Amino acid sequence: MMNLRDWWRRGSAFIWGSGALLTLSLVMITGLVGYIAVKGLGYFWPRPLVQVQGPEGPVLGEVTGREPAHGGTPAQIQFRVGNRDLYGQDFRWFKEAEISGWQTPSGAVLVERMEYGAFVGFVQALQRDGQPVAQGPGALVQARKALPDARRLRDRIQAMEKDRIGSVNTEMEALRVELRQAESARDAETRARLEQRQAQLQASYDRLQAELDHLRAESGRTTVLLSSVDGQTQELPLAGVVRLVPSNDLGVLGKTGVYLSRLWEFVWGDPRESNTEGGIFPAIFGTVMMVLIMSAMAVPLGVLAALFLREYAKQGWVVRAVRIAVNNLAGVPSIVFGIFGLGFFVYTVGGSIDRLFYPERLPTPTYGTGGILWASLTLALLTVPVVIVATEEALATVPRSQREASLALGATKWQTMRQVVLPGAMPGILTGLILAMARGAGEVAPLMLTGVVKLAPSMPLDGTFPFLHLDRKFMHLGFHIYDVGFQSPNSEAAKPMVFMTALLLLLVVLVLNLAALNLRRKLRARLGGSTF
Amino acid sequence: MHLEPLMELDPNRSIPEPLPDLPLPARSAVDDRPVKPGDLPLTDAAALDAPPMVEVGAFNLHYGNKQALHDINLTVRKNTVMALIGPSGCGKSTLLRSINRMNDLIDGIQISGSVTVGGQDIYAPGVDVITLRKRMGMVFQKSNPFPKSIFENVAYGLRVQGEKDKAVLEEAVERSLMAAGLWDEVKDRLKDSGLGLSGGQQQRLCIARALAVKPEVLLMDEPCSALDPLATSRIEELIFELKRDFTIVIVTHNMQQAARVSDYTSFFWLGRLIEVGLTEKLFTNPRERMTEDYISGRFG
Repeated sequence: MMNLRDWWRRGSAFIWGSGALLTLSLVMITGLVGYIAVKGLGYFWPRPLVQVQGPEGPVLGEVTGREPAHGGTPAQIQFRVGNRDLYGQDFRWFKEAEISGWQTPSGAVLVERMEYGAFVGFVQALQRDGQPVAQGPGALVQARKALPDARRLRDRIQAMEKDRIGSVNTEMEALRVELRQAESARDAETRARLEQRQAQLQASYDRLQAELDHLRAESGRTTVLLSSVDGQTQELPLAGVVRLVPSNDLGVLGKTGVYLSRLWEFVWGDPRESNTEGGIFPAIFGTVMMVLIMSAMAVPLGVLAALFLREYAKQGWVVRAVRIAVNNLAGVPSIVFGIFGLGFFVYTVGGSIDRLFYPERLPTPTYGTGGILWASLTLALLTVPVVIVATEEALATVPRSQREASLALGATKWQTMRQVVLPGAMPGILTGLILAMARGAGEVAPLMLTGVVKLAPSMPLDGTFPFLHLDRKFMHLGFHIYDVGFQSPNSEAAKPMVFMTALLLLLVVLVLNLAALNLRRKLRARLGGSTF
Repeated sequence: MHLEPLMELDPNRSIPEPLPDLPLPARSAVDDRPVKPGDLPLTDAAALDAPPMVEVGAFNLHYGNKQALHDINLTVRKNTVMALIGPSGCGKSTLLRSINRMNDLIDGIQISGSVTVGGQDIYAPGVDVITLRKRMGMVFQKSNPFPKSIFENVAYGLRVQGEKDKAVLEEAVERSLMAAGLWDEVKDRLKDSGLGLSGGQQQRLCIARALAVKPEVLLMDEPCSALDPLATSRIEELIFELKRDFTIVIVTHNMQQAARVSDYTSFFWLGRLIEVGLTEKLFTNPRERMTEDYISGRFG
């Protein structure tokens, strides 16, 4: 039998203790991610549409929640009844005792609309120019068949509005500015030329507008006639329908199809209905781009600062003070950085840029307002201490003998730094980058002050010259979570979106980190077993 | 308690035994004649009369308040091997690192006296230490290849001198790896990391790296101390061959090694140069008692 003192002396207690704590951490992490994943991913699965007899009439909808009886309150059930335009609310609570006659009627359909959220009811007819094409049970089938055509038409209209008319608008705006300059310079010749060009543009704008009107009219011709469970009817253009989901009639395969289609739309689509529906692609894109710009700024800055601190500066009290300051900088609350970014980057730097380079556009600010450049710079400042600390550690691990070998070969100190020390420290620098990215991707507070918006009309990278628009405002997953979860008029409906967005934010951070990790692994393999 | 003075010699001491049989290089590097077992390396007369390459005159060195080298006078002749031996901390490495001014990297160093290399006083004001170091190669105690490919390791010295011509670099890499006896082992994997080689190969890579810039003097700081006997004997053979083209100063703790590879040996003790002479003479018939005691293993 093992002596207790012996057991203690061997450190078994310590080993078991640390193992248990590690397990606890793992359980917490997997629990967190698992909870978010289950809450988020389950949202897209089509649920049965249940019809019951309520106190005020029939109710049709998805069962979304149940609260057991406690105290004086009886058990309640929550239905997602949809039809916000008819009932004024998407969700309704009923006392369990007051409802009866549960059934899942065939033909019940959940219509995802471009506006007003979902419609829950039945398809009465598919119509063209007001004339029924199909009626009764066949109408739903026909409507689902006609849906892809309607979607193509909708996409064409959107593409036209966004790209072609958008680019004409951009050019007209530029012309307007030029014209103003020509007017103030009293340059009649230029003015005439510009006016001629303006007339050309206006003509092509009118042409596009006419084409658009035609398309819109075309898309309004096919409609579906819907009826709710309490007998109200509604006619809806098919182009305004995103998806028709007859949940009760779908098999597992059909449901999977709907699930994947919803998931696809979520990741790659634009948001609708003040962000509570549709996709979050602009936010994903904004997040990734912001992190990349931030890294491109923070890494060179941090590496150079660390190089100077460790290799060139004379080690004394000044350097020690700088080092303490850098470490403390890492602990400054991020909102403080946001205020600094707003005051310094946006107002001071951005304002000066506007006065110097874009005076013709004033008082409309170009850089003198929040934008992805200022947000990235602010976050770069926030994360640069992490890079500095990691780089300093990495520089310290490059063996002295390698530096001496380089110097003994007649290399200068700078050559030694660039050729031997920095490459040797690169894996450690990348560790710093990984930490910085993880920190930067999750920050929201400073961004709210320096350039994040609820809905950005255009992305910071697009097909219009000069392609990269650093002055534009952008969307961010972290802010999206806050906005959808707490600022939305319909937060109950948006709850699953919050979980899904959180999951995607985690995924984005994971992917960015994996990319950096992979780079570090490759570097290590090339360096042949570095210490980092 | 009676303490014996450190240098008190045993009255019954025996004359140092001739060195035991050691694996010797198969052929002398000087005239390519076979070396008989038990032979000490012979130096041809021409080399002994060769002009001085490195001359250290009245050289003192202080680390802060501590004097590390006391009034050293030493001459290394062209195309010979000079071994520096002595117990740890006796200043032999410090002297070696004074020849290419690597000691400049340490704060609080003061020196007096002179060191000339090829007739140039290297501590004279206005001497560019970078240019100076390009004239010397250095091999360190522990192999320290750069975290780069084998090719880039050897080409490094030329690259930092601004050489960009690929043909020149390739020629230099091949020549140096051949000279370091590594070419056949690595010619098919020049792109691989230098850190992937074995310890002995790494050290030969470091020698090749030092040779690539065609130095006038090759400084070796215990180049075999971290190697197994087989790798050691390869390096020793190499030193033998390199003597033809280079002047070599080697610090070693291993007296057999000093006896095997060097033409001259100097014995240091506590920062002083005790004795310097032809290796053959110093090992068989030392002038100083202290030298004799050290080489016969009585102290150190």
